[in-house]
Amino acid sequence: MTTLLIPSPARQTGLSAQFRNTWSIAWRTLVRIKHNPAELLDLSVQPVMFLLLFTYVFGGQMAGSPQEYLTYALAGIIVQNSVFTSLNTAVGLHADVEKGVYDRFRSLPVARPVPMIGRILADMVKQVWALGLMVGLAVLIGFDLHGGVLGLLAALALLVVFSLAMSWLNVLLGLLAGSEEKVMMFGFVIAMPLSFTSSAFVRTDSMPGALKWWAENLNPITFLADGTRALLNGTPVGNSVWVSLAWAAGIAVVFFPLALRAYRAKLS
Amino acid sequence: MSNGYAIWAEGLTKSFKDTKALAGIDLAVKTGTVHGVLGPNGAGKTTAVRILTTLLRPDAGHATVAGHDVLKDAAAVRGLIGLTGQYAAVDEALTGIENLLLIGRLLGFSRRDARARGMELLERFKLTDAANKAAKHYSGGMRRRLDLAASLVGSPRILFLDEPTTGLDPRSRGDLWQIVRDLVAEGVTVLLTTQYLEEADQLADEIAVIDHGRVIATGAPEELKSKVGGQVLYVRPERGVDVAAVRNLLIDVTGREVATEGEGLSVPVTDGGVMPAAAVRLSQAGLDVAEFSLRRPSLDEVFLTLTGRSADSSDSMEEALA
Repeated sequence: MTTLLIPSPARQTGLSAQFRNTWSIAWRTLVRIKHNPAELLDLSVQPVMFLLLFTYVFGGQMAGSPQEYLTYALAGIIVQNSVFTSLNTAVGLHADVEKGVYDRFRSLPVARPVPMIGRILADMVKQVWALGLMVGLAVLIGFDLHGGVLGLLAALALLVVFSLAMSWLNVLLGLLAGSEEKVMMFGFVIAMPLSFTSSAFVRTDSMPGALKWWAENLNPITFLADGTRALLNGTPVGNSVWVSLAWAAGIAVVFFPLALRAYRAKLS
Repeated sequence: MSNGYAIWAEGLTKSFKDTKALAGIDLAVKTGTVHGVLGPNGAGKTTAVRILTTLLRPDAGHATVAGHDVLKDAAAVRGLIGLTGQYAAVDEALTGIENLLLIGRLLGFSRRDARARGMELLERFKLTDAANKAAKHYSGGMRRRLDLAASLVGSPRILFLDEPTTGLDPRSRGDLWQIVRDLVAEGVTVLLTTQYLEEADQLADEIAVIDHGRVIATGAPEELKSKVGGQVLYVRPERGVDVAAVRNLLIDVTGREVATEGEGLSVPVTDGGVMPAAAVRLSQAGLDVAEFSLRRPSLDEVFLTLTGRSADSSDSMEEALA
């Protein structure tokens, strides 16, 4: 038996150690893409498919030409994809808790929320990838990025902030749902109607009364889509960005404590 | 007093909704020994381990691990323990070395030290060839070894193994036993839960038998065996001999229940006169036997005596499926 080399671990206290730990967890979620490039394909197929289908199938009828419709709908497609992609957080967290991976993390001297935050961080990287891909492809097929690079970066920031807030809802979902299928089902039941009853894909004027009211005044996706669209197209943003951020803050304020409580309860 | 004990627990209780998982568990594990916690599925073994490894708060009672209170000083406990759970908690999408690298980094190793430590553990557990393969391509035994390696990255002084060989083939099980023996030789204290009596018998210096959330017996394997009292008479009839007749005769002579064991029959005996009496009666009845012996009871029989049922009875199967 060889004698064991035992390097002494560095001190594990302090904020910098927790930042490093968060990054280690995020690395763990991202490095799998290196081994299994198909995961990158998984991340890319859905946005590309939605973008092409919406543009070329609906475009002509909706706005006269695919390019015309793309100017309106790109933001909506991006927002919808972002909401769907954030379900990954719920699914991944659920799997980790079930498989005992979290027990391992929690038996290490690592601050409790670190494994959760690390996963959310990694999922944000995936969001940014999907956004870049969609905007890049859109420009290739004739989207005019009037908002310029600054507009793109601002839209990106808005989406990331909103997704971060939504992550806590997804953490809660991942912890409470009984199975992976249920996570997906719940997610779709929330995400699907939310994105379609908004201004993401169509103007709200033609919707019937109550639906119109909901879509114009309440649905956060409307504001997020309007804000993103204005930033990408370089048109006036009105109050859409502020209302989106207020929604993000509201969602975070409600679901962050709930998620943390569920996390403690699930794991104690 | 917890001095000199790596693990000390007193009166641990824990309930989940309406089931009482632990009804007051005491444990005292001496430093440098293997302590077996033996019990059927649903006895409370995993709950006890989760409390001792700071993953779960007890409803009542208190526990220290390496002298640190698991509730008040959980961070210190986590720095000194390793845990290998019932299911191999490795990240299947990562390679063997990446799994260990991750744990090393989370423990505060530099990237270089984490890699060196990881490679060293992979070599020790004969996983070097699979270092760069994703864990999902590992066999069950390899996965357990990787999981165990992950729990050893921080060179823990106290190691918790929760049913480490459940679902492994006999060879992988033997490999794992050897690893545990080597670790103990290096001074690591091991708390091992198992539902295999043979495993506890092979590895443990001391055993706590638990059932329905209580410790129902403790002692060295030999002590437990003698606690049951007396010995076991084993009779294997010759081929062609009426086994039912042999059984009836043994019941008649001993007045005890007779169990089937392999091709033979076994029955506990406490009275020294039983063996000659049985021999005479068998020969008078013309029932030829191929084997006729007295031995100490196995842990299986100990468990049967202590709990009134076998360690893998159908009742525990139902609990496992529930």
